Amino acid sequence: MKAQRDVWGATLTALADDDERVLIIDGDLATSTKADVFAAAHPDRFIEAGIAEQNMVGMAFGLSTMGYRPWLSSFGVFLTHRALDPVRMLVSQTGAAVRIAGHYSGLLNGSSGKTHQDIEDFAIMRAMPGMVVIAPADEFEAEAAFRWIADYDGPVYVRVARDAVSPVFTDAVGFRLGAVHTLREGSDVTLVSTGVQTSRTVDAADILQQRGLSVRVVHVPTLKPVDEDALVAAVGGAGAVFTVEEHSRIGGLGSLVSELSAESATPFRVTRIGLADGWSESAPSDFLLDKYGLSAERVAEQVLAAL
Amino acid sequence: MTALTSPPVDTDHIESRARLESLARRGRWLVLDTVASSKAGHIGGPLSAMDVLIALYFERLNIDPAHDKNPERDRFILSKGHCAIGLYSVLAMRGYFPEAELATFDHGDSRLQGHPDMKLTPGVDVSTGSLGQGLAAGAGIAMGAKMQGRQFQTWVMMGDGEIQEGMVWETVQSAARFELDNLTAIIDVNGLQQFGWPSTTDGDRFDRAEPFSGTNLGEVFRGFGWNVLTIDGHDFDEILTAFDSVELLRGSGRPTVILSMTTKGKGISFTEGTYNWHNGIATTEQLELAARELGITLEEDAR
Repeated sequence: MKAQRDVWGATLTALADDDERVLIIDGDLATSTKADVFAAAHPDRFIEAGIAEQNMVGMAFGLSTMGYRPWLSSFGVFLTHRALDPVRMLVSQTGAAVRIAGHYSGLLNGSSGKTHQDIEDFAIMRAMPGMVVIAPADEFEAEAAFRWIADYDGPVYVRVARDAVSPVFTDAVGFRLGAVHTLREGSDVTLVSTGVQTSRTVDAADILQQRGLSVRVVHVPTLKPVDEDALVAAVGGAGAVFTVEEHSRIGGLGSLVSELSAESATPFRVTRIGLADGWSESAPSDFLLDKYGLSAERVAEQVLAAL
Repeated sequence: MTALTSPPVDTDHIESRARLESLARRGRWLVLDTVASSKAGHIGGPLSAMDVLIALYFERLNIDPAHDKNPERDRFILSKGHCAIGLYSVLAMRGYFPEAELATFDHGDSRLQGHPDMKLTPGVDVSTGSLGQGLAAGAGIAMGAKMQGRQFQTWVMMGDGEIQEGMVWETVQSAARFELDNLTAIIDVNGLQQFGWPSTTDGDRFDRAEPFSGTNLGEVFRGFGWNVLTIDGHDFDEILTAFDSVELLRGSGRPTVILSMTTKGKGISFTEGTYNWHNGIATTEQLELAARELGITLEEDAR
């Protein structure tokens, strides 16, 4: 079981062996993001920009105009919030091939607490015109996504989780932009999830099945652009629909599915499981998942309570 | 006794000076006339920057409008993107698109947006408009050039009001670390911004205070490890000499900033030195007065 950040550092290091366009621009977090692995292997293509995220984004844009495909290495919260204006103006507006790796994504960041929890990134980055938004489920899908991104000529935001989760895929998984994966078939309840939360959502499905429910699990690795017809088809028409995400209930996967349902010829009711409109705290991951309702047990409880 | 010898008279310089002054007058007219026609746009900043823009595009930049994507071309970034009409006027005069196209500025379905758009406008290297971003983009380009062994120069023009943005200083400190001596910032120090603060000095040429009143910008940049040149941004001899110095400072391992001391609204009597002409629409009478002052024959330019 490997953490996505370890996969990120290793995959980019491997990609850079054959692709001279690959650069990493780091915001002084290389030991956290595992960009240090890349720095050791490719010192000439590792740029330490220091603790200055707006400048990082601007330089990445400038380098992209010179033919490079730079990856930004920082905590997601600093790139999607602090550096949002240059992301919007220089990356989104121009369609630059800048890769925004949002490390320590979501709620779980090693007890750093609410200042470092990026729980609004989907809402913000979905709204950026032309931005691809990806949240891989596990180590295998993460590697496939990183490799896909390397060949994509446009702006990408990708979540990179700090800690390993039980894989839901194998190394046979590929990445196709916008694809929706039905991981498990069922007829009473449909759980729709994204990012590493999908792993915990699969565990929640196990609990619900032990209670006698037939549970479908759908994983959405691309929040934008998503195959809308495929998502509606995979989610609608079979039992109660719940979205489950390590993100604010505002603007993320729950909003995406609700929007598609509302515009669908066959709308379905959606219950959004995610973070309430508020602030979290510093604590071990298990504590946070339990208290803020994202552990398998707490997700199962919320589903049962809503049925 | 040491013999004093005069430097040889540079007749090329004299000829180019007259030519540049004429081009700058035309550029100023195009700014005022276009903004009056589109009823939107900035005046004071484009006019303060015009002489430096003309000198860059007609004497310094290694560019070719027919090959505007040549990877070896010099790059120019107008970080103070609200002065777009100044850049567009110069690009049109330099042959990137017809001067007549200036009439489409801000009109919808135009290649000439209110702020420069690299995806739309020939000759625009970087999209700008949110102040403070151009220097970081330029630093990335300059770094890429070094990594690829390319010899071109990257120029970034900022406003003295613009450099109140914090992002600028992130780049100022890191560009020196990266030894980007192929990056040159030009700060158009016109001493005014859109509104600013009440003047604290009597008898100043301005009715509002300098954006960096009391701050020694040259010392600030020197402290960050930059080469600093200070010029009269309306004197073509000083401008061109500074450009020569920029080339000589290649190899210094330091980026260079040119503090270009200018007058906002320069060149037209009623726009000079007043914050009220940060933007504005000239009346018919004002256009006629400006044309006389700039030596423009209005019949030629009737639209």
